[in-house]
Amino acid sequence: MHTLISQFWQLSFSGIAQGFIYVLISLGYTMVYGVLRMINFANSEIFMVGTFATVVMTRDVLNHPANSGDLHGFTLIFTMVACLIASMLASGGIAMLVELIAYRRLRSRGTNRLAPLISAIGISIVISESVSLMTAGRAVPAPEVLHKTSLVTLLGANIRVDQLMVVIVAPLMFFFLQYFVNNTRLGKGIRAVSMNEETAKLMGINLNRVISATFLIGGLMTGAAAFFFETVYESTKFNIGFSLGLAAFTAAVLGGIGNIRGAFFGGLFLGLLETYASAVLGSQWKSITVFVVLIVVLLFRPNGLFGEAVQQTRV
Amino acid sequence: MINLRDKGASAWAGWNKPQRSIFAVLAIAAAALLPFAGNFSFTSILNTPISSYADVLVYPVGMFVLMALGLNIVVGKSGMLDLGYVAFFAIGAYTMAILGTHTSLNTWEILPIGIAFAMIAGVLLGIPSLRLRGDYLAIVTLGFGEIVRIIALNTMKIGGPNGIANIPNPPSVFGIDFNIMTPNSFYWLVLVLILLTIWMIRRLSVRRPGRAWEAIRQDEDAAELMGVRTLRYKIWSFVLGAGVGGAAGVVYASKAIYISPDAFTFNISVLILSCVVFGGIGNIWGVVLGGVFLAYLPERIRFISNARQLVFGLTLIIIMNFRPDGILPRKKREKPLKSQEKSGAANV
Repeated sequence: MHTLISQFWQLSFSGIAQGFIYVLISLGYTMVYGVLRMINFANSEIFMVGTFATVVMTRDVLNHPANSGDLHGFTLIFTMVACLIASMLASGGIAMLVELIAYRRLRSRGTNRLAPLISAIGISIVISESVSLMTAGRAVPAPEVLHKTSLVTLLGANIRVDQLMVVIVAPLMFFFLQYFVNNTRLGKGIRAVSMNEETAKLMGINLNRVISATFLIGGLMTGAAAFFFETVYESTKFNIGFSLGLAAFTAAVLGGIGNIRGAFFGGLFLGLLETYASAVLGSQWKSITVFVVLIVVLLFRPNGLFGEAVQQTRV
Repeated sequence: MINLRDKGASAWAGWNKPQRSIFAVLAIAAAALLPFAGNFSFTSILNTPISSYADVLVYPVGMFVLMALGLNIVVGKSGMLDLGYVAFFAIGAYTMAILGTHTSLNTWEILPIGIAFAMIAGVLLGIPSLRLRGDYLAIVTLGFGEIVRIIALNTMKIGGPNGIANIPNPPSVFGIDFNIMTPNSFYWLVLVLILLTIWMIRRLSVRRPGRAWEAIRQDEDAAELMGVRTLRYKIWSFVLGAGVGGAAGVVYASKAIYISPDAFTFNISVLILSCVVFGGIGNIWGVVLGGVFLAYLPERIRFISNARQLVFGLTLIIIMNFRPDGILPRKKREKPLKSQEKSGAANV
């Protein structure tokens, strides 16, 4: 308890940075759930592929050795942007592939809702095992691109440059996504399919295209989260997606799954809660705290904090 | 595609009572003799490389079939998605481990206690969470499974990450010994539990609880309006499933002698759910087949060591894409209306 009070602002800042990573991953769950009413079980593997894309981009494509922490100016920005794009594209591509292989055929046959879940479990086993075989199951360190200096000290909290980048860029991406879903033609198509699939089809919306686009957008956001995660933690492994995916899925449910704004607040709430719980109870109890809070929240608000019924912001 | 289930059902319907009994006895005898199949040249193809075939029949094969049958009561019969089934398995196993090492009770006395503890956990989790529907229930159960594992991992009194060792084997009954040299007797014990579970499910299915579950699965609101006490029957199905999981846990701990939290990860819940859906959700024989197949396959192909999980994943994708209702699907009339499932109104 003492740590919580003495380091409150430091913890809050780290928690918010962590929360924004969760926000972006949980969009991968919430977008797909909003449209298909199905859990995108492979999203944790989509995230994992994104982290590896970042590592491959810095290490192999741009040839930065393991400890090249002295990138400056244009090189630094170019490397970061290239990694972000590589990560987003890799995750987006894998997400579309997952839709094509695990969901499309089953969806068009209109089968029970568990069959796609199992085939998604199958594809996530295939993805993580392939990566595990390629990396011999070992953790892969990422070259340090951004030197983690503390920029300023605000209210006793060290504002680290990597975390600051997450806190600035992630909300921008979120608001861009919200604008996209609310205002563009494809976004309207996504919302229409989410409200009523049959009617949307009758209105001439290309269902396969819209669903594919939903997976792509969810994958792009998850990929961005993967890039941010790599910048902050600088290591990855074939099974890294599991715990983060679980936390992000919990965040999506906490906010009200299928609801974009819910993912935003759910992710932030979860990031802060985890950080505070680690400080008070010790980090081994943080996931228990999260699940207990989740169960209590769902008891009083069975559709999550923000509910599923917000049609305007609903995917 | 050939409908094996209908063929089997019509053959069964065409037989009279003695014929049915003879078939049942033969089938049980064949299942009971399975451990010996590894010794004969013409059936030795069943033999698993690396791990002992007789041990594989107990865990994972027998255990997975037992747990898949238990989970099938929850997921298949009453249509609630449970992603934390491993919690009940863990509670059974830890009950056996703690009582077995700290008290003088033996496995047969602990078995009902373990089942009872798992059922109590089922009630405690069920009363608050079964008001939730569909995927919200899924995440709460998933969370419960993780809570149980993390508590076991971080409580030093019950061994923490090291787990508990020196759990006693069951004492002999009817002259059958249970120890590390006799995996066959454990297999027969699991087989007895499986048969009891199948018998229980079959009896309940044709009585009031079975009809209530069926109604809940097809349309919960309609069931409620027709006067079915949905919450009560949902808790019942949850608790019965939990009890079966607890029984599996007790036998597992007593066979393995040593347990640790690593044996009770989310992966086990996913694997058991895969067995249920893969074999044919809601159909007992499909679930048995799914459990046998998915538990046996990774052991049989162990010679490709690293890639076996890959093959496992591919098998799941391929079979689900071509037989989305499982290998042996349930009868058509038991399936809910397609349109309802698509709109997301039904739970599963």
